[in-house]
Amino acid sequence: MALQSLDIKRRSATTTPSAGIRSTPELAKLIDVSKCIGCKACQAACMEWNDLRDDIGTTAGTYDNPRDLTEHSWTVMRFAEVEPEPGRLEWLIRKDGCMHCADPGCLKACPAPGAVVQYHNGIVDFHEEHCIGCGYCVTGCPFNIPRLSRADAKVYKCTLCADRVAVGLEPACVKTCPTGAIMFGTKTDMLKQAAGRITDLKRRGFAKAGVYDPKGVGGTHVIYLLQHADRPELYSDLPDNPSISPMVSLWKGAVKPLTSLAFGMIAVGAFFHYLVKGPNRVPEEREQEVDQ
Amino acid sequence: MASLATTFGRGAMTNHWVDIKNADVVVIMGGNAAEAHPCGFKWVTEAKAHNNATLIVVDPRFTRSAAVADYYAPIRSGSDIAFLGGLINYLLSNDKIQHEYVKRFTDATFLVNDGYRFEGGLFSGYDPATHAYDKASWAYQKGPDGFVVTDDTLQHPRCVFNLLKQHYSRYTAEMVARVTGTPREQFLKVCELIAATSAPDKTTTFMYALGWTQHSVGTQMIRTTAMVQLLLGNIGMAGGGINALRGHSNIQGLTDLGLLSNMLPGYLTLAGDKEQDFKTFLDKRAFKPLRPGQMSYWQNYPAFHVSLMKSWYGDAATRDNNWCYDWLPKLDKVYDVLQVFELMHQGKLNGYVAQGFNPLAAFPDKAKISRALANLKFLVVIDPLATETSEFWKNFGEFNEVNPAAIKTEVFRLPSGCFAEEDGSLVNSSRLLQWHYKGEDPPGEAKGDAEIIAGLFLKLRELYRTEGGAFPDPIRNLTWPYRIPASPSAEELAREFNGKALDNVTDPKDPTKVLAKAGEQLAGFAQLRDDGSTACGCWIFSGAWTQVGNMMARRDNSDPSGLGNTPNWAFAWPANRRIIYNRASCDAAGKPWDPRRTVIAWNAKATQWQGMDVPDMRPDAAPEQNVGPFIMNPEGVARLFGVDKLADGPFPEHYEPFETPLGTNPLHPAVVSNPAARLFKDDREALGSAKEFPYIATTYRLTEHFHFWTKHARLNAILQPEQFVEIGEELAKEKGIRSGDQVTVSSKRGHIKAVAVVTKRLKALVVDGKLLHTVGIPIHWGFKGVAKNGYLANTLTPFVGDATTQTPEFKTFLVTIEKA
Repeated sequence: MALQSLDIKRRSATTTPSAGIRSTPELAKLIDVSKCIGCKACQAACMEWNDLRDDIGTTAGTYDNPRDLTEHSWTVMRFAEVEPEPGRLEWLIRKDGCMHCADPGCLKACPAPGAVVQYHNGIVDFHEEHCIGCGYCVTGCPFNIPRLSRADAKVYKCTLCADRVAVGLEPACVKTCPTGAIMFGTKTDMLKQAAGRITDLKRRGFAKAGVYDPKGVGGTHVIYLLQHADRPELYSDLPDNPSISPMVSLWKGAVKPLTSLAFGMIAVGAFFHYLVKGPNRVPEEREQEVDQ
Repeated sequence: MASLATTFGRGAMTNHWVDIKNADVVVIMGGNAAEAHPCGFKWVTEAKAHNNATLIVVDPRFTRSAAVADYYAPIRSGSDIAFLGGLINYLLSNDKIQHEYVKRFTDATFLVNDGYRFEGGLFSGYDPATHAYDKASWAYQKGPDGFVVTDDTLQHPRCVFNLLKQHYSRYTAEMVARVTGTPREQFLKVCELIAATSAPDKTTTFMYALGWTQHSVGTQMIRTTAMVQLLLGNIGMAGGGINALRGHSNIQGLTDLGLLSNMLPGYLTLAGDKEQDFKTFLDKRAFKPLRPGQMSYWQNYPAFHVSLMKSWYGDAATRDNNWCYDWLPKLDKVYDVLQVFELMHQGKLNGYVAQGFNPLAAFPDKAKISRALANLKFLVVIDPLATETSEFWKNFGEFNEVNPAAIKTEVFRLPSGCFAEEDGSLVNSSRLLQWHYKGEDPPGEAKGDAEIIAGLFLKLRELYRTEGGAFPDPIRNLTWPYRIPASPSAEELAREFNGKALDNVTDPKDPTKVLAKAGEQLAGFAQLRDDGSTACGCWIFSGAWTQVGNMMARRDNSDPSGLGNTPNWAFAWPANRRIIYNRASCDAAGKPWDPRRTVIAWNAKATQWQGMDVPDMRPDAAPEQNVGPFIMNPEGVARLFGVDKLADGPFPEHYEPFETPLGTNPLHPAVVSNPAARLFKDDREALGSAKEFPYIATTYRLTEHFHFWTKHARLNAILQPEQFVEIGEELAKEKGIRSGDQVTVSSKRGHIKAVAVVTKRLKALVVDGKLLHTVGIPIHWGFKGVAKNGYLANTLTPFVGDATTQTPEFKTFLVTIEKA
């Protein structure tokens, strides 16, 4: 929200073209799951920077707390105990939150002009003052991230600390991560960093180590480095090949132009009708009838 | 700390946090650094990322550290000596030791007294009536010249090396698997990875914490590792060492300043009640070298002690009154925390001050602690938080079922500031004294700790001055030179610890040369004198606030060597050394074992030891003088044989936890548990058996919380809100428990209720033919704070302590578990 209109690349439900003169590198947050110890410092930093406090909950039999994303918890650690090979236990801990898709389902689905914006640097942000609380973005998100608040009927999610990034700071979670598992920079640099880590992980026996930057959403600006990139489902059901719901695609993809076309055709038709038939005139006798 | 002092001479982490990045192999055992030290753990990730290091985790649980480890091996809680003893046996049998290092820098060649024996689980000199050893036979053989007799060929049957071999020959891989439950192949794999660093230019570093200290054999567990590191030649090396990770930000400072009943600042010790004669007291501590030419730095003990007394008593301390020796208490026994609460429980101790301390939660057997506190006439709690201890008398339903009407203890709660609300220094695990500045004033009526103590002292002194009393002199004459007597500043206290010249201090080699003028701050402990011309509140901190200024506040993080040494960042004791025993990083000729990681080296031209660190050696001691690198030990070398330093033996031996799941000790069935451990009579009766309580329990911490503090903080409470216990899937199935169920965990001493977390991370182990399950019990909950109220985990733990340090056995005891 601290970013300016020059930074905006796309707005939801808006046809006015966005500003295009500023050149901004594409940024990305790299979450190196192989370095993550699940300390939840990122969760604490997120709450502190954004002045959010969730309820003090309960323990449901796992380390996950808060148990799920909420309007107050924009990131949570998800702990998965898996045995990719029999007898070889791994505790895969994934920091969950908005992926900042290049092709954001939330933005596509949103009917409220400017409630969802995408910046040139790749951050997808919600501008709550424009949010109408319809929840379409929730349906539109292939990662199940936005959360609708019952208190104010607005949706919330990770902003990638757009306010910090706008003034040259890294996101709060990156700043706090003690092991360097969360990194931030240009997407090019992050992919380069990931490539080095992949070499290291392969040497340590993770033959399928790789980056999670799913093409189905045009790539993301939060990318994971996974030990088992071939099996994202091991990481608390990270979707294998996420894509925007066909309903949204239909609504904003095929149907929307058609409906726009239909609206347009009606307008054009009406115009031609006017040209040909002239204005609609009420016959005088009818007016008199009404007067009486 | 006792174990490291016994082996190397100083009770402190040998290397430092940043240096972990230089390791080839990192072993986390007896600790869970990722969980409990997440910020320091970054240096492990650095070692992996930039030094291609291998991380090994050995733990009863698959921990957060294990989650990022290259290799994990499970182990039964409390059996670490068997594992590490097996490792020693592996290194010796497979010839995976750093020969030159072992021969030159350890006591391997020293001959041991003929009277020393180890038979059937007992060392020579045991008295079953007192549960204690007469340690006279645990000694080296001495020649007519007063020096220890050695055998450089290592052939003599009584040399330490051969006794060591013999002692650990029983720890075969099969025996290790039988005692520890670690599958044989996994044990051997860990051995193989560690053994590879016996090469002179490879290092392993060990990281441990309370997972080793909190056992009835805790000190000896750590010592076993110290011995392993000596055999591998890893002490003094960058990327080597034993990293004792301290659990509080300033707990290293606590031991450094001697806040233990038998200690004085700087690891000086109080006298026993038989030591009424000052000269004998000093002679016993000013160790004479045991080998020719050794530094035996404790020879300077009188200078440290006299300077301390000058700091405390100023002009009142004179040579004629033995620097006020008679004013120091003489101990009839050690008054450790277990002893103190035992006396309180017996009604023999009736006043207690708990400062920054929550004993009801922190000490074993909560019910006993609660009964003991109820025997007090008064209890003073100095704390920033409303602790459980301060409300031990209040009924909190099932969490604290007491009858307030029956408790007569008067409780005074003095709210104090917390660390961020005062200036001062904290000593971290790396022995680094880092100055910090106050961020906020303490809230409300709270005062800084120094101000509270000053207030108590001034009132007490006034009473002693006006009313006299049995022994007023030590209180009446204490120096109190602070500008505002009711509120000594951190700066004043720090300058006092550093020490100053009371008279001109001159160079012993050239008395015309004045090193420090009267009134000046001293440059370091080398300037301390035993003639009353210097005052110093804590000799090891000398150099922290010199005439130049506050060295602890330095913030130059330049790292010329690239090894993370940053010599101008704050101040590390001793003498700003970052890696202690660093002389051992070089061979006999003074050349680094690993030139890539040069800490110091002998410069023949300059006839000086030089390098990135302050040499832990007389700077001009040429290698051919054979001055050993362990300058605090009178041997000059490190001790594989612990002589009489520890209460329970010169070589570590595996003893079962006091609540043993086996009921026997496969190594020696007649001696099951540590024969010299601390156990009071009533507490022996409060021990449970495996028949009634078949599961091993272990307590531990979680990243989301800090001890019993952060349950008072909302952020932490959100991240981990409610008490839980962890059990493996097999046990859960057997008991019909599902994740999220409420369960009751009981020991002989009480029960707690909590949510069950059923996990794959706790696997049952086959130990001595039995399938054993472990119940994991995080400690952080209680009945005060904003997190969900819970039971104090120490309701369950046994009141038994380590033989030397009396640290309670929180890490291994027996319980049973049922669905609530």
